[in-house]
Amino acid sequence: MKVLLGIGGSDDSIRALEKTVERTANVDDDLTVAIVDNPSVERSREDIETRVTELLDERGVEATVRLLDGDAGSALVDLAENEGFDQLVLGGGETSPMGKIQIGSIAEFVLLNSHVTVTLVR
Amino acid sequence: MSDRTFSDAVADPYDAPPLSFTDREDRTIEVRAYDGSDEEMEALVEMYDAFDPSDRAQGIPPGREDRIRDWLENILDEDCLNVIAWDGGEVAGHATLVPDGDAYELAIFVHQTYQRAGIGTRLIKALLGYGRVSGVEKVWLTVERWNRAAVGLYQTVGFETSDAESFELEMTIRLAEPPDEEGG
Repeated sequence: MKVLLGIGGSDDSIRALEKTVERTANVDDDLTVAIVDNPSVERSREDIETRVTELLDERGVEATVRLLDGDAGSALVDLAENEGFDQLVLGGGETSPMGKIQIGSIAEFVLLNSHVTVTLVR
Repeated sequence: MSDRTFSDAVADPYDAPPLSFTDREDRTIEVRAYDGSDEEMEALVEMYDAFDPSDRAQGIPPGREDRIRDWLENILDEDCLNVIAWDGGEVAGHATLVPDGDAYELAIFVHQTYQRAGIGTRLIKALLGYGRVSGVEKVWLTVERWNRAAVGLYQTVGFETSDAESFELEMTIRLAEPPDEEGG
């Protein structure tokens, strides 16, 4: 399966990265990691990229890493639709102090607009 | 800290618990602050264990007893404010304020058996009263926009919509004037 993981650096996106790399190590998925710009996150792109390559090396997983510019949601949907991906994977939201799940704006856009199957990682 | 907006005006002051009233089904309901005991915690576990999953909001209450316990331990912590509506020894509803920086996040749950009996309104007013006397200045919450009953309840007690841009509506209320700015 051709899988596109979108990661903007929020904690839930890092968790989605870890779980997706883990899954890819176990099944024979063709993984692309797209690093996107999440304006509500302070982590730099370089930090995120380092984290991604470290984790891939650690698990011995091969994946294409790409940097996407512009609006994260639309860039991810575009890429997934135009390059024949089977699935678009994102972090499943942050939790509030109360424990309520809050879906981020990127996931919200992708859920409503993507014609490719979307997976939110919990 | 956050860019959440709060009204400049202080909301109506509500009475703090303990208080009691007769609900629309003629049941005597007592509202009291959580006393920190294991007995009350167990009564809450029981209520949430029997909670209808269709009344969940944004993943809470969670759906398994071990997860309910983890979640309750977190929100029954000493720095949180909890009030419980009792029908004798049975929990009819529970409302909580959880600290979040300089504000508190609110949630309220009324068990299915006790809904549409006027308990939610009394319970949330008691929680806001408890918050006010405990020095809480600002409270926020999120609510699914299709949940008209809940949105209506929050508006009735003085919450105003502060963010309507995402999946959930965010609403806020001010319980006290901001502290005086100390001169440098």
